[in-house]
Amino acid sequence: MTLPAEYLATPRLPLDEDGGPVFSAPWEARIFAMTVKAHEAGVFTWGEWAEALGAELAKDGDGSGETESYYDRWLAAFETLLTAKNVAAAGQLADLRKAWDKAAKATPHGKPIVLENA
Amino acid sequence: MSAHDHDHPHDHDHSELSEIELRVRALETLLTEKGYIDPPALDELIETYETKIGPRNGALVVAKAWTDPDYRERLMKDATAAIAELGFTGRQGEHMVAVENTDDIHNMVVCTLCSCYPWTVLGLPPVWYKSAPYRSRAVRDPRGVLAEFKVELPDDTEIRVWDSTAEIRYLVIPKRPAGTDGWSEERLADLVTRNSMIGTGLALDPSSLEDAA
Repeated sequence: MTLPAEYLATPRLPLDEDGGPVFSAPWEARIFAMTVKAHEAGVFTWGEWAEALGAELAKDGDGSGETESYYDRWLAAFETLLTAKNVAAAGQLADLRKAWDKAAKATPHGKPIVLENA
Repeated sequence: MSAHDHDHPHDHDHSELSEIELRVRALETLLTEKGYIDPPALDELIETYETKIGPRNGALVVAKAWTDPDYRERLMKDATAAIAELGFTGRQGEHMVAVENTDDIHNMVVCTLCSCYPWTVLGLPPVWYKSAPYRSRAVRDPRGVLAEFKVELPDDTEIRVWDSTAEIRYLVIPKRPAGTDGWSEERLADLVTRNSMIGTGLALDPSSLEDAA
């Protein structure tokens, strides 16, 4: 699976030999896919995304591009960009996290966790 | 040493999402509510990455168990440690249990939460694994589910269905196919499919590799 050419401009994106993305956990694939979909929906340009991610990665002193920490920063950059774009209002993501936490704790193990009403 | 000896040390009656999972779900909810993403389309895209999470580490674990009796014994006794020996460890330190298929027993794993999938050894969970029909039918009608996966077992084979928990994840050790005497671990690993390690498939027949070559 290869990616559109513009995505290859993403700073330090881990790729496999076929030019596809590499993940070390399911959530990483999920946040990657969400970024692609939000971009396709016109929330930001890929250039803006590359810049936001680059800024987040620049906070990392030694630049050792381990896959795990890379997507931790990806997640932080995505939250920052959505807030900067006013897609997320102040406190909104924190409220949603709390709602999911509450939903999880109220869900018996083995049942899908559903957010009733955020 | 049977996996049955393992008891559940904790009684967890509710679910728990990690900090990272909470952040990812919060973002997904926000973007869905705003109409920027459509969850089914998102799942469809993620499905295309299914094989992109790590290498299929589990296949190497199985191949080693087939060729190295000492390793097999360690794996059956303490799968978490035996899998870690090969350098595969989960971020959340989940407890792994290996269950072995024999002539008489076929093991199959189900879980109702996608987070209860041993992705460090098996990669991303396939969509069907998370689907409601698989989750409910695997327990009620395992033979029927297996038939849909084109797995036919003798009538006298006992089918054991293992329900994963947040703490315990199962790895099925499929039966080693006949005609593979003297094969290297690497070559054997090519016969170990993801589904064979969930129990919805069997290890490939050696002739299938010759076809591909």
